[in-house]
Amino acid sequence: MSPQIEIQIIAVIVAIACSIPGVFLVLRKMAMMSDAITHTILLGIIIGFFIVHDISSPFLIIGATLTGLFTVYMVELLTRTRLVSEDSAIGIVFPFLFSIAIILITRYAGNVHIDIDAVLLGELAFAPFNRLRIFGVDIGAKGIYSMGLILIINLGLIWIFFKEIKIVVFDSELAAVLGFSPVLIQYGLMTIVSVTTVGAFEAVGSILVIAFMIGPPVSAYLLTDDLKKMLYISSGIGALNALGGYQIAFYYDVSIAGSMATFTGITFMFVFIFAPQRGMISVAKRRKFQSIDFAKKTMLFHILHHEGKENEGIENGVSTIYEHLNLKREFLKRMILQLIHEEKLQEVSGVYKLTDSGRKYTIESYESIIESLNSEYIK
Amino acid sequence: MSKEVEFVVEVEDMTVAYHVKPVLWDVDLNVPKGVLMAIVGPNGAGKSTLLKAMLNLIKPISGRVLFNGESYETQRKHIGYVPQRGSVDWDFPTTVLDVVLMGRYGHIGWIKRSSSKDKELAMIALKKVAMEDFSNRQISQLSGGQQQRVFLARALVQDADIYFMDEPFQGVDAKTEKAVIEILKELRKRGKTVVVVHHDLQTVKDYFDWVTLINTQLIASGPVEDVFTEDNLRKAYRSTGKILKG
Repeated sequence: MSPQIEIQIIAVIVAIACSIPGVFLVLRKMAMMSDAITHTILLGIIIGFFIVHDISSPFLIIGATLTGLFTVYMVELLTRTRLVSEDSAIGIVFPFLFSIAIILITRYAGNVHIDIDAVLLGELAFAPFNRLRIFGVDIGAKGIYSMGLILIINLGLIWIFFKEIKIVVFDSELAAVLGFSPVLIQYGLMTIVSVTTVGAFEAVGSILVIAFMIGPPVSAYLLTDDLKKMLYISSGIGALNALGGYQIAFYYDVSIAGSMATFTGITFMFVFIFAPQRGMISVAKRRKFQSIDFAKKTMLFHILHHEGKENEGIENGVSTIYEHLNLKREFLKRMILQLIHEEKLQEVSGVYKLTDSGRKYTIESYESIIESLNSEYIK
Repeated sequence: MSKEVEFVVEVEDMTVAYHVKPVLWDVDLNVPKGVLMAIVGPNGAGKSTLLKAMLNLIKPISGRVLFNGESYETQRKHIGYVPQRGSVDWDFPTTVLDVVLMGRYGHIGWIKRSSSKDKELAMIALKKVAMEDFSNRQISQLSGGQQQRVFLARALVQDADIYFMDEPFQGVDAKTEKAVIEILKELRKRGKTVVVVHHDLQTVKDYFDWVTLINTQLIASGPVEDVFTEDNLRKAYRSTGKILKG
């Protein structure tokens, strides 16, 4: 297998492995927590390294995972005092633990291969050099196997505990009453986030881990109303970001991780603008339709209101109605043509009159608007 | 247990406080079986806190709660809960039917999936709250009243004996209010006990047969006709100046 292919396989696996817990972080409104965890686990790695003196020991993963959970615990502890808000608490805990790690590296581990740039940005280009050998036979880049294993674990856990995670994320109080401990699920989820981060950051760096964890789920959130589909779509978008980013990096000969993170931003912007229901264009179209629809109803209501009154000729007159509705003449003209076309309005000897179906429509619209107002403002 | 259980819920010496500011102070409360009970009191009187402390969602400083004479953990399956509508994110990507199915999770247990029988029960519950046509609707598209009816359907499928509801009448339309009260009365008819945090004093006499007045401390608890008096209301609301004629 060529190194290029191996790099792309690793990137796709990392992207999917990150996007799965990322969906739940986004839904729990804890996106910033991934930012904190991806950095503070460095402290766990350093402390683990001091204990076992082996940079590739699995013990480091345990150390890192524990620091990830410790980060969540510290943030919750600070938040619970009600003296600081959650985002402020993250802003304190994350730099604090991360900077302790930096100090320890610069002071004691200067001669060890822990490079802070590599921690932040990763170096995917080197990932294929790290081979996995069984009985001396090279079976491929180690990253494929280590991240592949993490991906399988993530998929398995989410599949097994899908129901439990869903109820805790949606309604943690009910979950607690029904006996599904929100604390247990919450820390389980954070364990997944920590383990995934530890596995991923060596290859792709912590910045790209955050991009992979948050970008695709947020895009998927704009595209679907179904939790399962949100998981599928964010996995797909994650893979697309990895492959698209790699093409950019290859073509322009720039940082692979940087290109993938940039591509994540681009796919998000694309979805943000063009998403069928929640994209900016659809929202703008819907608003426009709503405002035209409302203007039409306002006009019909005006005509109904003055129907049969003595000033009807002036209020609803073909040449005078423009003065009674505070709308642009051109806009009003077009609306009248549309309403006549829809057979809601007719012109009878110089005065606009409602047709029977127009009258029915106007009264129904009025009632449904009043009903919705009442249900919103009752009490 | 040979002892005849007189009260389905017994609260003893319940105190909840934030630092030195008590929210609930030494509350003793017994709820007899089969009543429709309102918890009433001014804003900040600890109504929701009392409900949550009873359900172990808030850790009290002191006090204990017994359900059917036993601890909460052993009676979990008999307890239904309807949180405040505003306590969840209605933009969560899921459908009405799925939310109602969550009420079955306690019976289904860990890891196992919901069965077609669970779905059937969920549909029956949706029908009871006149929401069966909305079963596949996204929850983000519901009005406030519809959200409340979905929560109620979810409580019904829990198939509990004791229900706790936090402000189910808060900000709902007249149709929903009627639907809620009909469900409450039906539950009582089936011998269930329902405890409701309520803030509308005008409707207490029409909707409930049992009432608890609190303002940090327990003011009074008992049948509406005995307890819901001007004297007790004045005691409960004296600090707020908001006193209603009975």
